[in-house]
Parts: sequence; structure tokens; C-alpha cells
Amino acid sequence: MPTLVSHPDEVKVLSKRFGLGATNIDRYVELDGYKATQQAIEQGPEWIINTMKASGLRGRGGAGFPTGMKWSFVPKVSEKPKYVLINGDESEPGTCKDHLIFLNDPHAIIEGAMIAGLAIGAKTGFIYLRGEYRYLLNIMEKAVADAYAKGFLGKNIFGHEGVDFDIITQTGAGAYEVGEESALMESLEGKRGVPRIRPPFPAVVGLYGGPTVINNAETIANVPHILLMGGEAYAKLGTERNGGTRLFGISGHVERPGVYELPMGYSLRKAIYDVAGGIRGGKQLKAVVPGGSSCPVLRADEIDVGLDFDQLAKAGTMLGSGGIVVLDETVSIVEFALRTIRFYQHESCGWCIPCREGTDWIKKTLTRFHAGGGNKKDIDNIQYIAENMLGRTFCPLGDAAAMPILGFIKKFRPEFEEYLAGARVANPLIQIQPVGEHELAGAH
Amino acid sequence: MSAIANTIFSPELAARFDKLVTIYPLKRSALVPMLLYAQDEVGYVSDAVVAEIAQRLDLLELDVRNVLSYYSMLRTKPAGKYNVQVCTNISCMLRGGFELLDHCKHTLGIGHKETTEDGLFSLEEVECIGACCWAPAAQVNYDFHDELTPAKMDAVLDTYRAREKK
Amino acid sequence: MPDVTLTVDGQKITAPAGTLLLEACKSHGIEIPAFCYYPGLSLQAACRMCVVRIEKMPKLQTACTTPVTAGMVVITDSPEIAQARKATLQLLLGNHPLDCPVCDAGGECELQDMTFKYGAADSFYTEPKNHREEQKWSPVVYFDRPRCILCYRCVRMCGEGMDIFALGIQNRGSSSVIAPNIPAQLSGVVENGVELAQLDCEQCGMCIDACPVGALTSGTYRYKTRPWEMNHVATVCTHCGDGCKTTLGVRSVSDGSQILRGDNRDKSGMNGDFLCNKGRYAFDFANNVERLTSPLVRHSDGTLKPVSWEEALTFAGTKLRDLRQQRGPNSIGVIGSNRTTNEENYLLQKFARTVIGTNNIDHHRTADFVTLATALQGTTGKFASQRDVEKAPALLLVGGDPTNQAPLTAWNIRTNVRLNKARLYVANHEEIKLRRQAKAFVQVAQFGYGAFVESLGADNDFSNAVRAEEQLIVIIGNELRGGELANLIKALPNAKFALLADYANSRGASDMGVLPDVLPGYQSLQGSTIASEYGAADAPGLDLLAMFDAAAAGNLSALYVVGSNPVKRFGIDPTALKSTFLIVQDLFLTETAALADVVFPAANLYEKSGSVTNSYGDLQLVSKAADKAGTRSDFELIVRLADHLGHDIKSLVPFGSQAKGLRADQGQTRGAESGEADRHAVWITANNLEPKLSPFDPFAILDEIQRLVPGYDKLLRLQLLSGNDQHIAPASSGLVQIENRKDLVLPSSDTLFTSGSLTRYSPMLQDVQRHQTTEVSGHLTSAD
Repeated sequence: MPTLVSHPDEVKVLSKRFGLGATNIDRYVELDGYKATQQAIEQGPEWIINTMKASGLRGRGGAGFPTGMKWSFVPKVSEKPKYVLINGDESEPGTCKDHLIFLNDPHAIIEGAMIAGLAIGAKTGFIYLRGEYRYLLNIMEKAVADAYAKGFLGKNIFGHEGVDFDIITQTGAGAYEVGEESALMESLEGKRGVPRIRPPFPAVVGLYGGPTVINNAETIANVPHILLMGGEAYAKLGTERNGGTRLFGISGHVERPGVYELPMGYSLRKAIYDVAGGIRGGKQLKAVVPGGSSCPVLRADEIDVGLDFDQLAKAGTMLGSGGIVVLDETVSIVEFALRTIRFYQHESCGWCIPCREGTDWIKKTLTRFHAGGGNKKDIDNIQYIAENMLGRTFCPLGDAAAMPILGFIKKFRPEFEEYLAGARVANPLIQIQPVGEHELAGAH
Repeated sequence: MSAIANTIFSPELAARFDKLVTIYPLKRSALVPMLLYAQDEVGYVSDAVVAEIAQRLDLLELDVRNVLSYYSMLRTKPAGKYNVQVCTNISCMLRGGFELLDHCKHTLGIGHKETTEDGLFSLEEVECIGACCWAPAAQVNYDFHDELTPAKMDAVLDTYRAREKK
Repeated sequence: MPDVTLTVDGQKITAPAGTLLLEACKSHGIEIPAFCYYPGLSLQAACRMCVVRIEKMPKLQTACTTPVTAGMVVITDSPEIAQARKATLQLLLGNHPLDCPVCDAGGECELQDMTFKYGAADSFYTEPKNHREEQKWSPVVYFDRPRCILCYRCVRMCGEGMDIFALGIQNRGSSSVIAPNIPAQLSGVVENGVELAQLDCEQCGMCIDACPVGALTSGTYRYKTRPWEMNHVATVCTHCGDGCKTTLGVRSVSDGSQILRGDNRDKSGMNGDFLCNKGRYAFDFANNVERLTSPLVRHSDGTLKPVSWEEALTFAGTKLRDLRQQRGPNSIGVIGSNRTTNEENYLLQKFARTVIGTNNIDHHRTADFVTLATALQGTTGKFASQRDVEKAPALLLVGGDPTNQAPLTAWNIRTNVRLNKARLYVANHEEIKLRRQAKAFVQVAQFGYGAFVESLGADNDFSNAVRAEEQLIVIIGNELRGGELANLIKALPNAKFALLADYANSRGASDMGVLPDVLPGYQSLQGSTIASEYGAADAPGLDLLAMFDAAAAGNLSALYVVGSNPVKRFGIDPTALKSTFLIVQDLFLTETAALADVVFPAANLYEKSGSVTNSYGDLQLVSKAADKAGTRSDFELIVRLADHLGHDIKSLVPFGSQAKGLRADQGQTRGAESGEADRHAVWITANNLEPKLSPFDPFAILDEIQRLVPGYDKLLRLQLLSGNDQHIAPASSGLVQIENRKDLVLPSSDTLFTSGSLTRYSPMLQDVQRHQTTEVSGHLTSAD
């Protein structure tokens, strides 16, 4: 079982039911559960959307798009059914926040999905969990069954004539790319997880061709809390244009790794040194990846920055999924970069050339470089490939692969050069499969 | 009674599939879950699994293969009864994921995507499994095991071995 | 859609709103490179080659997915864009084998062209390329995986275009691969110890045509030659009645010039992108070692022996002349072909009617065009063309199975339904594949088409929907003929009609009067202009079966068979011909030729010039592509045989400065005596044409066809010579309804992989048949 941690600086909104047995529906109701839904049914769509807009809640999956605005894009009238789709394909390395929500507060997700459905006029919601989260899917499925049994889901919810909502849970089967919203829809439709051409955007043409709102699990779990506390009150917890709190997963070389709910704009330095207890074993901080593996790295001297979308963008990186990965002085950046690109190479869907070939060539080059067969030109080549992937790929995965690589080279170029001189050596445990036959295993 | 005559699946799974194809606006949506649940029962996605799922969803077998080969959890060859999946992605790597994987290789005597002779365990190095704050982590089939050390890993493997002896 | 104006590279261009930027630029001469984009197929935005800079957009945009909007400002070429394209090419070339010197696509490769343009020649990768052996997926499709750039054109062509879905995309990332529908572990086909994946499909090779590189190659062409060592001739396919153009790649060999490749690079025909298995690969009969290359005469010992042309022609001509004198012209029969040109067909019936002097002329009829012509008499614009099938808002398919019998028709129907949302109605006794595109389907009993036609007047959903269509094209299979066909036409007074026939010039053979009861253009034997010019007998002659009956009864002194194998096709007892002098001209020693007294080795449709008319009445130019030493065109052989009969050639073929043609008055009237100008010469002058100089020039006969055959008078020479198709409709009046006409239509029942008697001379067709019945069928049964 994942360890639950806490810290006095935490502001518990979303996580306030964690550890309180809220997977039990009766317990959940005791903890103000399903109140927000009833309120939403009574107040109507306009009120929901206005509250969400006022809350300043921005998408917690990584892109940070304002949730209220996203909902308002859905056309009021549609020939095809509208859908709500909850993205629980949490796969960004460094990120495990949704894991805890599914584990501790599944009904919050059901409620959030229903409220989103009420706001946009959808009668069906899908909750998609990554395939590895089977035990969480079981929890989620039980929660859905319990909600149906209580009449909180299904027809005439809470006795309101014509207020219907169904939830279908779905499992993935191992694919990071499916976390991209249009690839998620493809996967849910039983296809390869390859993104769709946009426009049209999902709000207009989404699942099964119907208008669809797609929200990250954390985003949607916030919704009932926001309705109960009021949009403005939630917004005030955070910074300007970055309303509320969010779950930050602090992992890597810290004393107390864990998922903490901190106000938006909280200091990165304090998050590492106070909340997570500082660098493990009294070592020095070397670098931080602030929002999941796709975010460009920050050096130890760059951590005096507030954790919100805008401040981190200004610092040349991203808030991303809120997964803060902390690296101490012992870490070889070459090794870390190799492990990062290896992930993106493995997860590239292969649809477009720059991402498919770019991730592969960076991985191949870094593999040789890491093994000691590198030369100075490799550093330039890696940078050249990454620069030419940036902004040129079919979907953001190409950027997600290129940005951290460019970050490592930009911020730690001397270390790459020193590596050539033997300052560090390869980690023999990183055994990348030899290029060639094995990589081509599969269909034939 | 399954919708498919001579189903290769257990009555329970066949019944589950019969229902699964009815719950979505388009039945093809059942494809990915069906492949995974079939693998859970059969051990891997065999040619017969592909054929029956194609039949159930009115798809070409090629369609099924196109989708199945996309998802990394799906396999077309048998694996051990307990598939040990060690994460070595960044957060786990920083806290000993590679050492843990190496330890498993030695204790089980097998490499990546290999199976022990007794068919009990297979080993796989996997990408991030969403347990970064409790690193290093591993999954045995669908069970998560967090904050592992080589010693804790041995204990974990022993619990699965013990399960077999009962 | 209203037009919008946008600015591209500083130039103002106009295009309908919603047009894809790439297409809008293309139509204004601004070429934007792309690998994955293919007109008519779904959009991919995968190759990222078509990136352009659009004002106010933060990133480069793909021109293949961006619709034009008013006021859009676009830059398609700049250092930034060139760099993006160059980098993409560099990434592709990293794994591309660069075996261009031996690659089939070398010289015709889009990746080569792009690399040439963007100069991505420098390589900075030291890692080895991923290598894989190439694989044989079928006798005609090979896959070379490392060359594949994953543009997915083949996948879409097979699925969206062909509605087969035999190709898929498997694995992901850099392991992604195009995979055929029978995986290696199920194919059972082992080569070099490795199980090979196989393709179970229509073997059309469209995937190969669409492939921008050399990843998919043709089993019959690969490693044979380089594209620049061939001449490329676009001509009309000989196999079915659809009229596709095939581009034949020919190369000089010691005994002429040989066809090495058929494909559709030309794309100028009405088949657009399309070509089927036969159109692409089944030219190989022409190169068969069994081709006849010397005239043969039956010697006294009963065997056929090679002789000189002069000897054979003299023998045949003299014998025919003697038999005509001794036993009369009506003791002689002539059988024509479905695969010879209009000029040859016209010439052959004129030979029968004016050189021999008999109406005993027929051919293997595969559709009832006579009824079609007479039933539509008195109307205009009611014959549908192949191009109508591509565009009509509604289609009714009655009988027939275009997928197998007329693949282009099937392609056009599918394309029309897919891209234009055309409404397709299908009535058939089988659940044909095109049912998948149909809005409505009616199951007809096997011989129940008459009842179906009657039901069209009834009140049911299908009939009501069909009758409500205002612009309906009715495509009719050869199940319907005679009265049923006429009733169908009567039942749908607002529709346009087309009849599906089996071979390249089945329609032409009918149009040109290779029939015992009508003259060219379905003109009457009595009183029509042609009848009076010919001055031939006005009683109908023997039809094909009657000729053999006459032969069996000892009443047929001679039979001249051109490009046809009636003995096999109609199951004629060989002894029926034992007292008939038989002349056969053909490519091979067929069952009919084997019985002949004289055999002339003939050229095939790919070895001659002229014109053919497809099932729909679309006339097209046939261009000579190949050449086989020792053969002669049917045209030349007919003329020379007439010469050896002692006939005045100028009256058969109007040629030379003294070209006379046939005079209507034959010199009996005062007009001729008073020096009335020759009609042909007058027509030639009036049409600004020159008399043709050679008796072997098909255009000399085309002049006469155009002068005399109603419908064909409308054809435009410039259009014909430009290689364009022209729709010909028979005369709208003056046709005589022939009562109690015998139904002699015998559908050939050809499939995708057969083509009448040519089938057994095409090693490719044999190979593909074997592949489909043995190598892949086992898989399909085991899956059930």
C-alpha cells in the first residue's frame, strides 16, 4: 500500500478524505459526499460552469487548460450524444497522484464526472484507467456499483426526473501515448492509441463523434470540492490565474518522498527542503525535474520559483503533471537523460516521422555515448535532432521527448563533455537491448 | 450460454464478454479490455484468443492484431504464472530500480522477458508504473509492491512461491 | 462552397472554402511535398513534410490537413521550412537502406526526389541500420521493410480504396511495421527456414502503386530492369470491359520489344488511380514461350508445319476464293473477337460482307448490346459512361459482380459512395461484396431478375427509393438480356444505363457489327446507308452456333476465326469441323487453332494501334507498346488475306491518294456516271483529313467508321489522339427491332484471376490462383 504522508504546509482540499475510508460509500456520504452533485442538479449547468470558471482550476494532466472554459466550449445542442471522459491513464514518469485518488476517494471522481455531465448535457461518462492500475480499477468499479445501488447513478438521480447519468469504467493495456486526450479516445474506441488530427477538437467531435469533455482524474476530483466551497474560495488558495491547490508528487532523492497537496504557487525550494525533508543522506541537490519527465530540468540554483503554470513557464520549464523528481549530486545526467529518452522511444506511437525516428536516434546515440563510445559531435547531433523534433511532431509526445533532452544538454553540457573525458562511467546495470533484431521484435 | 459456440474461455469470462460488448455505444470499444482479460485467463493472447475476440466484435483478425501489438502489456507468447515487472524509470532508478532488477535477474536466474524453467516466474523491466513516490516499485501480475529493497523483493517472491505450495 | 482568397508566398490565390491548403496550392502550381498525403484517402498528417508557415500560428502547420480560409497568409518555402523538411528526411534516411542502385523504385522514388531537393545527403549516425530480409507476401507483392517510411498509403489504399483491409499497422514507435492479414505463424509458408506472412486479397497491387518508395515491389517486375531503361506506353488493358489504361514498360529484346511492367503511373485514364491484378500484371501472356511466331499450314501428314507468310497467305486466300466460287459465299463463316480493335472488328465484318459476301459473321457475345441499343432508341443521353459511375448521386446495380468482373466499375462505385456519399442500390442473386457499400440490397432469386424488374413498379421501400432517384445510373450485369433487359429499361424512364460485358472490346465488337443480323452501329441489313454502300446480302447470316451446326452438317465450306477460341468456349465437338477449311489467327495454338488448316500468328492488343470501346461505350486509343517478331496484327492479316483472295484492297481499306472507299451507287446510277465525287473523298476533305497512305493503317478504316457508323461520327480525333476517352452512344433512330432474336449471350464467368483463354498462358495468373486457393485459403478455413 502506498504510504500516505502529510506536512503542516499542506492545504487539504482534494486529499481531505484520504485515509478516512471514503471508498465506502456510506462513509463517503458522511464526509459530505454527493452533496455537490445534488447542488449541481438544483443549480443547473450555467451555475456549474460559472463556479468552475471562478475557481481558476486548470487541467491537472499537464497542459493546464482552464477547466471551466473547456466545458463551455461544448455545443449546447448536438445531434450525437455528448460524453464525459476521465483520463486516468496516469503514465508520466514521476507522477502517481491519480493513483492515490483512485485508491482513497473513488466517489469524488464519480461525482466530478456527473457534475461535468450535468454542465455539458452528457448522460454517459467513461473512466479510463491505465492497465497497470487493475487493483484501482477494481476499487473504482465497486464504487460505481455502490453508487448505482444507492440510486446516485442511473436514471432519475436523487429523484430528479430526467436526470440520468451512467458511468462505464475502462482499462488500458500499457501505453503512455494513450494519456494524450485524442489517443485516449481512440483507445476507448478499441483502436491503436494514435492521436487524432485536430481540429476538430473533442469538445465538438470527440468520442463516437459526439462532443466530449476530457478531464484528468485529479482535475475532476476537485470539482465536487469546488462546488461545495465556492469557486472564489478555491481560487484564493492559489495564485493569480492558478486557482487552488494541487497534488505534488515528490520523488527521487528526498528524505520524505510522497504526494502532498500544496497551494498553487508554493515554493519549489520549500517543497523539496521543508515538505519532503530535504535531500536524502545530507547530499547536495543537483537538479530537479519539476513536473514529470517531459519537463526541462532545473539546476540546483534555479529552484527559487513558485509551483504554478506561469512561474515555471517563465523559468523555461513546466508544471506538467506535478511530479517533482529530485536528483542529488551523485546522479549522472548522461545516465538520467538516457533513461528518459529510452522511455519516450519505447512509448512513441510511431505515427509521425520526427517523433518515431527522432526518439530512436537520440536513444541510439545516447546509448553508445553512455557506454563510452561517444564523441563531441554526438552532443551536437542529439541537440540537432531534438531541436528538429520540437514543434514538428503530430502530437505533444515529440515535444515531451525533445524538451527534457534539450534541457539536459543546455543546462549540463559540460557534464556531457566531461563524460567523454572519463569523469563518469556507464552504469553497467542499464542494459539497453542491442539495436537491431530485438528492437524489431513484434509482428514479424 | 455464451453468445459464441465453442468458446475457448471459461463460462465466467465468456459471460463477462457477452455483457461487455453490450455496454458501449460501439462494441469495438470492448476490444482492449477483452484482450487484457483474455490474457489474464489464458496467459497470453493466443491465435485462438485473437480469432474469438475478432468474431465477438465483428472485426477482422488483422484489426485485432493491429491493436494488440500496440499495447505493451499484451503479449503473444506465454509468460510465467507470476510476471515480475520491475520499474526502472527515473524515480525508481534514483532509488535503486536497476539494482532491484539486477537482483531479480540473479535470484530468478532469468533475464528481461524470460521465464523460469518451472514456469512460475517471468521477469520484465517495465516503464513507469505510477508508484514514483514509493520507489523503487515493482508489480507482480497486478499486485503493487512499493519501497522495495533486494531483501524485501526476496520476501515478496517467497510469498508467491508459498502460494504455490499450498 | 464559396471561393476564398488567400495569400501564398506573396501570391493571391483563390480556392473554394474548405479546400485543403495543399490542394489549393497544387492547383496554382505551388508544389508542397508530402509522403503520407494521397488525394481521396483519409488524412494522416504523419510525414510532416508538408509543413508550412501560416501567419498567426505558433508552429508550422501541415498543409495536408489545413483547410483554406479567407485572408490566410501562407509561406510554403523558407529557410525554416526547408530545414524542417531536411531534418525529417535526415531522420528517415537514418534507417533507410540507401540501396537505391538496386531498388526497383530507384529513379521513381519520392524519397529520392525529396532528398535531391532538400539536400539531406549528410549522415551523422554511426549506429547500424535496422536490417530485415525482404518478404514475399504473394506472387505479386513483396515487402522490403527497411525501405518503408510508414506513410500508410498502402494501408489506406487497401482498406479505403479497395475495401479489403488486408494491410495493417502493427507494433508501435520505431518498431511499427506494415503487416499483411495472414501472420507468419498462421501462413505455413516457409522460405529459407522462416515462416512468412502472407496476403489474402484481390492481389491488385494498388499498394505498390501507392508506395512512394521501394518498400512494396511487384513480384513480376522486381530486379528486372531500371525504369529509365524502359519506354512507357499508356494503352488500354485487354482483359475486362471496363477500359482501364495501363502503362506498359517495354524494353528492347532480340525478338522485338518486351513488356516488363504494367502499372498506373500515367494516371491519365478514366481509371484514375485504379488498376486491378490483370491490368497490372497479366500482360505476361504476351511473353509466353508458347506464342506462335510463324504461320502454320496443315500438311498432308496431318500435322501443322511452319511455312512462310507468302505460302500460308497464298494457300489460305486461294482456298477461300475457290470455296466461295464452288460453294457460294454463304457456305463460309467468319468469327471475330472481343479483344481486337474497333478497326479490326469493322474490317473483319466488312471483309465478310464485301470480300466474301456473306452475313455469316458473329463473335462470342458477353452482353446484349443489341437490346440495349434498340431499347434506348429514340432517347438521348441515356447511355451511362464509366465516368458517370464515378460521379452519379445514385446508382442501381442489377445483377453482375463488378468486384470480380469489372473491377474499375467496383472501384468507381466505392469511391463515389465514399467520397461523394452516392446512394447505391444493389439487386443481386448473390451477396456480392459491393453490398457493403449499398444503401439498400434486394436478394433476387437466381433466375428471378424478370420478377425483380416487375417489382420495381411495386410499392416497396427499395423500389420506391429507386424510383424517387432523379439522376440514377443503372449498371446491369449480363444476367439480364432480351425482354428482361428491355423491361428494366422501360421501368426506369429517367435513368441512364450501362451493360457490363466481359472483354476489352466486347462493346466494340457489337458496335462494329460483328453480328449476323445487324450492321455496324446496329444498322439494318436492309435499306441503311451502310447496307447500300456494302451492297451485301440483306438476309441475316448464321450466328456462331449455327455456323458450327452448319459445319457439322457439312454445309460450312470454310471458317475464318480471328482472335477467338469458340471450340473451347462453346464446347464444340472437334469432329464438327472435319470437313470445313479452317483458318485461325491467334496468339497461341488454342483448341480452335489446333484444328485449323492454316494458322496465322497474331499480335495482341498491346502490340498494335487502333481504338477500343469499353462496356459503357467509352472509346479510347490503343497504342502499340510491345512487338513480337514473327507476328502480324489482325488488321494486316485481314487485308492481306483479302488481297490473296484477289480483292481490290482499296475498296476494303480506303487508302492512298486514289482512296475511293465504297460508293453507294456502285456505278449504276447517273450520278456516278456523271462523275459524282466519291463519298469517302468528300468526307475526308470536309473533315480536313488526309487520305491515309498505307492499307495497313487502322486510321484509314477509322475514317470510314467515323463516316458511316452512327454514334462514332461524333468522335473527335484530337481527343482520341490525346489519349482521352469519349463516350459513344449508338444511333437514336432507325434501328430495327429484331423479333425472336436468339439469346446467344454467354457470360465468360471470368474472375479476378482469369481472363478467358489467356488465363492459362499467364504464369502470373496461374501463380496467383494457386496462392489464393492453397496458401491462403487454408488459413481462412481454420479461422472459422
